[in-house]
Amino acid sequence: MPPPFSWLVAVVKFLYDFIVGDDWTVAAAVFIGLILSAILNVNQIAAWWLIPVIVVVMLGVSLRRASRT
Amino acid sequence: MTGLWAVLITTFLASAVEAIEMVTIVVGVGATRGWRSTLIGAASGFGVLAVVVVVLGAALSRVPIGPLRLIVGALLLTFGLQWFRKGIRRVAARGLAGIGGQDPHEAAEWTSPGMDWTAWFLAFKGVVLEGLEVAFIVVTFGAGANHFVAAVIGGVGAIIIVGGIGLALHQTVRRIPRSLLQLIVGVLLTTFGTFWAIEGLGINWPGSDAAIPLLLVLYAATALTYITLERNRALGLRPAA
Repeated sequence: MPPPFSWLVAVVKFLYDFIVGDDWTVAAAVFIGLILSAILNVNQIAAWWLIPVIVVVMLGVSLRRASRT
Repeated sequence: MTGLWAVLITTFLASAVEAIEMVTIVVGVGATRGWRSTLIGAASGFGVLAVVVVVLGAALSRVPIGPLRLIVGALLLTFGLQWFRKGIRRVAARGLAGIGGQDPHEAAEWTSPGMDWTAWFLAFKGVVLEGLEVAFIVVTFGAGANHFVAAVIGGVGAIIIVGGIGLALHQTVRRIPRSLLQLIVGVLLTTFGTFWAIEGLGINWPGSDAAIPLLLVLYAATALTYITLERNRALGLRPAA
C-alpha cells in the first residue's frame, strides 16, 4: 500500500481502537446516550443522570458477554 | 492591595481544581502506559496551549469551550470505559497480584522505540482542555478585576505546584499493581469523561464540580460490585433467585 494510504489506514485503525475498542456496543450506547441527553436538555428535562446509568448498565452487559465467550 | 491578593488566591484555587484533573490524567496514564510518550503528549499539549494563549490573548474568553468539552469528554468516556472493563476483569481474575513487584501475567508497559500514540493522545487532550480552562479563569478574573499579572501568577502557580505534587507522587503510583492501576485510571477517565461530556452539552450538574467525587464514588462502587459478581461467576456461584 502506498505511504499516504497506509498512513490513513493506520490513523483510522488507531481511532477505531481508541474510541470503539473491543466492544462496539458500549461506544454505541454512549453515543446514543449523549444524543438522548441533548434531546432531554433541549426539552428542559434533567438529563445529567442518563450517562452514569448507561455506564453502569453497559459495563454489566459487556462483562457478562465477555465472560460467556 | 486587598483586591490583588483576592484575585491571586481565587485564581490559584480555581486553577488548582483544573490542574488536579490535568495532573491526575497525566500521572495515571504515565504510570499505566509508560512515561516517555505521556510526557511528550503533555509537552505537546502545553506547546499548543502556549500558541493559542499567545495568538488569542484576551480574546480567549470568546473560544466556545462547550463543544471542546463534549468532544474531549466523549473520547475520554469511551476510552476510559475500555480500561474500566479490562481492569474489572483483570482484578477479578488475579486480585492484587503483583503488589510490591511485577505481576508476571501482566503485559509490560510500552517499551518499543516508537511512540505510544494512545498515551500521547490521552495526555495531550487532558493538558489542552484543562490548560484552556485555567487560561479562561486567568483571563476572566484578571480582566474582570483589572489585576491581570496577579491572575497569571495564580494560574501558573497552581499548575506548577499541583504538577510538582504529581511528580513527587509518581514513584508511589508505580508500586500499585498494573491491573489495579488500569482499573483506577479507567474509573478516573470515565468519571472526567462523563462530567465533561454532559457539561459540554450545556447540562448543569447538581452541585457543579462537587458532582465529580460523587461520580467517582458511584463508579468505584460499580467496580467493586462487578468484581464480586465476576469472581462469583468464575467460582460457579449464582446469585439467589
